[in-house]
Amino acid sequence: MSESDTIPQFKRGGVGSDKVDISGGMSSLAAGPGIRSLSEVLAIIAVAVMIIGGTELALNLFAVPQYILPKPSEIAMALVSDFHLIAPQLGHTLIELFSGFGIGAVVGLVLAAVITQYPFAEKIITPYILLLVTTPMLALVPLLILRFGFGYEPRIIAVALASGPMVMINAATGFRRVDSGKIALARSYGASTLQIFWKVRAPMALPMIFVGLMVGSIFGLLTAVGAEMVGGGFGLGNRLTSYSSMIQMPQFFAVVLILSILGILIYTLFFLLGKKFASWEA
Amino acid sequence: MSDAAIIQPKLGVRNATKSYSTRSGDLLAIDDCSLDVKAGEIVSIVGPSGCGKTTLLWSMSGLHQLSSGEVLLDGKLVDGPNPEIGMVFQDANLLPWRNLDQNINFPFEIMGAKPDRAWVDDLLGRVGLAGFGGRMPRELSGGMQQRAALVRALSFKPSVLLMDEPFGALDAFTREEMNQMVEEIWMDSPTTIVLITHSLEEAIFLSDRIAVMSPRPGKVASIHEVPFARPRSLEIMATKEVFDLTNIIKKEIVGDQQSRYARSSDAPVAQAAR
Repeated sequence: MSESDTIPQFKRGGVGSDKVDISGGMSSLAAGPGIRSLSEVLAIIAVAVMIIGGTELALNLFAVPQYILPKPSEIAMALVSDFHLIAPQLGHTLIELFSGFGIGAVVGLVLAAVITQYPFAEKIITPYILLLVTTPMLALVPLLILRFGFGYEPRIIAVALASGPMVMINAATGFRRVDSGKIALARSYGASTLQIFWKVRAPMALPMIFVGLMVGSIFGLLTAVGAEMVGGGFGLGNRLTSYSSMIQMPQFFAVVLILSILGILIYTLFFLLGKKFASWEA
Repeated sequence: MSDAAIIQPKLGVRNATKSYSTRSGDLLAIDDCSLDVKAGEIVSIVGPSGCGKTTLLWSMSGLHQLSSGEVLLDGKLVDGPNPEIGMVFQDANLLPWRNLDQNINFPFEIMGAKPDRAWVDDLLGRVGLAGFGGRMPRELSGGMQQRAALVRALSFKPSVLLMDEPFGALDAFTREEMNQMVEEIWMDSPTTIVLITHSLEEAIFLSDRIAVMSPRPGKVASIHEVPFARPRSLEIMATKEVFDLTNIIKKEIVGDQQSRYARSSDAPVAQAAR
């Protein structure tokens, strides 16, 4: 019924090389093949302690200077002591991410739904969508800043441009999965085009839509932080540039840690939503 | 047979012709095909593969538009899907994101109607699916899925049930069970049934009449009465009468098919005809 290569997310790993780890980890942690045994949990904790503790020890042992690589304990301390400074910046980044991704996702979904109904229009538009997917939207940020200034606008636009096409291209794959038998079934009850869309095509596309949202949101996060690093006086990306220029490496890594956690949280959110609403395929 | 000409048929196919345009030119799937089905009758359509059986059935359901000719339901033209006609497809065709109850509700959602709960529950009980309403299709066996599809097709009480090789994917034992089930439901609440099948055994067990189609372009070549009393037992299938009837029909189909191979090098058209 469905091509197995279009539905990787909720079964196996992710699409990108760096995402395979995350989603593989997610599926075992969040979704999980049953409850883990105590010994497995202990082993996982032991490995984590060994990695973090080993890094701490090694950095001590070889006397690595803090400006090259701060110790985990120093990062943790910076995270606690400077959190009141970092938190507002996190807020800025989240505003950019949510607005940009929201706009991009809505436009991407609508475009995907409409375009796939008209194969000819799809043929014409697809190259440009591919162009948008493959072009790093960060490259446009300096230009956007020239036009829109140093506020939220250029960043939100960049995030939307980065995440929208990603959502669209995956959702379009979903909408293109036409099962003529199911459509004939709906038609045999006298279903209208709109009913066929909402009751057959959309549910059938849902798993791929979640894949698109998952990948698109991560792309949005990357672009938001990147855009903040390019210009403007606020946001986590801006903190990264400023901490590194002042060689405040523990603070720098504290921000990196927050970004990692943010990424994992977003990814997990869409993974769980996908599990809940599109698990019929897994 | 002479009665059929006087009494208005439940479902009448008149001079139905349907051609598809393919890359290698127009393809005539059925040509000047006529068939009358009386109210409350079970008619099977058999014939060599690619003879346009499915095309004919889909035209009866209103899912296919005929190139010429017409389909009449109670004397009225069928020019699109009709709530008086229920359809069972080749595979169960359950929506995998809906559980059994939601699947059976699907036609009602589309039609904007309310299901007759007592009737649906009765059907579910008859096919042995009572209590399975919360199951997802993937949690049901092939036979159960097809039974669910049968319930779904009958749930809105159509007066005609069209079945397109409904049990072709099931194993022989499950198939026999399904056939008995269909006969039982039909005897209690007679609907008019038109059934496409590749199994002559199934055709003989279920049908009042069997229409044999000629190879493409398909026409109804002959019609055989199946005179056995109902309810039919599986034992009847081992009698000489059934054996003889099977042989006659088989000869018609296979004979035609051999002549077709001798005649031309037609490409298989099973997919195109769907």
